[in-house]
Amino acid sequence: MHYAQTEVYAEDPKEQVLHLERKEDDSAGEESASAADRILRMETQNLSVYYQEVRGVDRVDMPVYADRVTALIGPSGCGKTTFLRSLNRMHDLTKGARVTGKALLDGKDIYAPGQDPILVRRKIGMVFQKPNPFPTMSIYDNVSSGLRLAGIRKRSILDEAVEYSLTHAALWNEVKDRLKSHAFSLSGGQQQRLCIARALAVEPEVILMDEPTSSLDPKGTASIEELITMLKEEVTIIMVTHNMHQAMRISDYTAFFYLGSLIEFGRTKQIFTHPREEKTEEYVGGQFG
Amino acid sequence: MTLKTRYLRDRIVVSLLASMTALVVIPLCVIIAYVGINGIGALSWDFFTEELGSPARAMQGRPTGLAHSIVGTLIIDSLAVCMAAPVGIGTGILLSEFPDHPVNPILRVLTSTLNGMPAVLMGMLAFSLVVKPMGRFSALAGSFALALVMLPIIARAVEGVLNITPWSIREAGLALGLPRWRVTLSMVLPAAKRGVVTGVLIAFARAAGEAAPLLFTSFGNNYMNTNILKPMDTLPQRLYSLAISPYRQWHSMGWAAGIVLMIIVLASFAAARLLSRESAGLHIKSDRSKKPESNKEV
Ligand SMILES: Nc1ncnc2c1ncn2[C@@H]1O[C@H](COP(=O)(O)OP(=O)(O)OP(=O)(O)O)[C@@H](O)[C@H]1O
Ligand SMILES: [Mg+2]
Repeated sequence: MHYAQTEVYAEDPKEQVLHLERKEDDSAGEESASAADRILRMETQNLSVYYQEVRGVDRVDMPVYADRVTALIGPSGCGKTTFLRSLNRMHDLTKGARVTGKALLDGKDIYAPGQDPILVRRKIGMVFQKPNPFPTMSIYDNVSSGLRLAGIRKRSILDEAVEYSLTHAALWNEVKDRLKSHAFSLSGGQQQRLCIARALAVEPEVILMDEPTSSLDPKGTASIEELITMLKEEVTIIMVTHNMHQAMRISDYTAFFYLGSLIEFGRTKQIFTHPREEKTEEYVGGQFG
Repeated sequence: MTLKTRYLRDRIVVSLLASMTALVVIPLCVIIAYVGINGIGALSWDFFTEELGSPARAMQGRPTGLAHSIVGTLIIDSLAVCMAAPVGIGTGILLSEFPDHPVNPILRVLTSTLNGMPAVLMGMLAFSLVVKPMGRFSALAGSFALALVMLPIIARAVEGVLNITPWSIREAGLALGLPRWRVTLSMVLPAAKRGVVTGVLIAFARAAGEAAPLLFTSFGNNYMNTNILKPMDTLPQRLYSLAISPYRQWHSMGWAAGIVLMIIVLASFAAARLLSRESAGLHIKSDRSKKPESNKEV
């Protein structure tokens, strides 16, 4: 598999500024760089996740910057999915799973008593590794389901939301003439984009994506990557990926997990070119062979 | 193992399965044929339009039929489904989707108890709960007794089918910020629709053939009655009383009652299948993705 090389950044004037800043800040360390030019959307503080008594994620402190793409990388079983799911309280559903520490969204802990997990998930959407459209619904109904079932009935609003989300998910042109047909009539990659559209329709502030391209072919992967790059103007994206090239291409920040711990967090470029930790270097280097 | 022996094994297994199937199907066909042959002669126009009346009618050769039992069966059985389906489906949902709900242990005991109870006891229960307070036998009491027969079957079936609907559907719904009950009603239940309908049908078929729960409840009636607060006739119960009657004509009418009962059950199966076909959960074949042990209420 070969992809066009990586300088997605350079096309975006804003990002060029970022580039320059990065150069300056490289020496000063990522902490100050981040604080200077970025708004914090989320932040975890001492966040751990336990399955029964086994710790799946171990005391993670990690910032998530607004309108940026953060990639989570690390070997299989290191807790990426577990960490991701703790960011919108999906573990509430798993018996025996327990989360300690804090996960702040816009400064408020989503695990604080009195926080409604339903409202939290409204603001923090999720796209799963395997496309999971609702099996009984049409394409239109799939995308509009979040709004419809939250009580929005007005046809014009729904229509608009469906078109907007499908367009943003780069699927509109392919399905605009058959919105009423069944979601399962779509290909795997289209289904995945449908799921992204469905998540977009409720206008979340943050979208969590667990290996969104793992079941796709190079073309589908490319269109989802393009989509993510486009989406980050409006939403904050946290994405798990096993593909180092992908992380380099589309993420602004990268977090390297190992055995449940966050080993290193930094700007993607720095992680891949000048990792501070030996473990990161081994992993990232190993991946490039 | 050589290829040849594998083929041989395959053939043995297939023929074994075929003979097992035959073992089940043959008696079924024999029963249907036997009922058909014995009853077909009594299936006249009068059979569907006349009420039974007193034995004198049969003896004098005046027109007599089971219109009142057919109507009664339809009324009592559909009323019973209306009572049992919502409660049974609700119970199934609670057991499967909200396993930590505090009432669940009680529900489990109740449904298992009901499930193991002989049908005649359902009649007794309905007698003391409905007939006694009302002071008379009624179709309503009969429906209640049949609903008790259906209830555990529906609850079990719904719990079972919900347990095998992919967990990913629930996660997808919850990740949209929808409450659990919403996800259950709008996403999980539609995906499981076929299984739910089948469960209700099986319960219906089982209850439709019961005579025992109706003895002390809907009681029976030789004449047409459509008032659910009064005694009403039903096919299974009538079948029984015709069979033990001393009149030849009534015997063959009993067989005919059997035919009609079978047709009613088969027709409702066909109708329900047809109705639930489109957009039903045809798509949950392959994906039985893991469901976490249990889940807290959200
Ligand atoms: N429901 C669960 N119950 C118990 N242990 C679990 C559960 N889910 C995950 N784990 C364990 O937690 C650890 C982290 O799993 P996780 O799924 O987060 O890994 P991952 O980094 O996403 O891996 P992959 O890249 O293979 O998807 C693993 O050791 C796994 O066995
Ligand atoms: Mg994972």
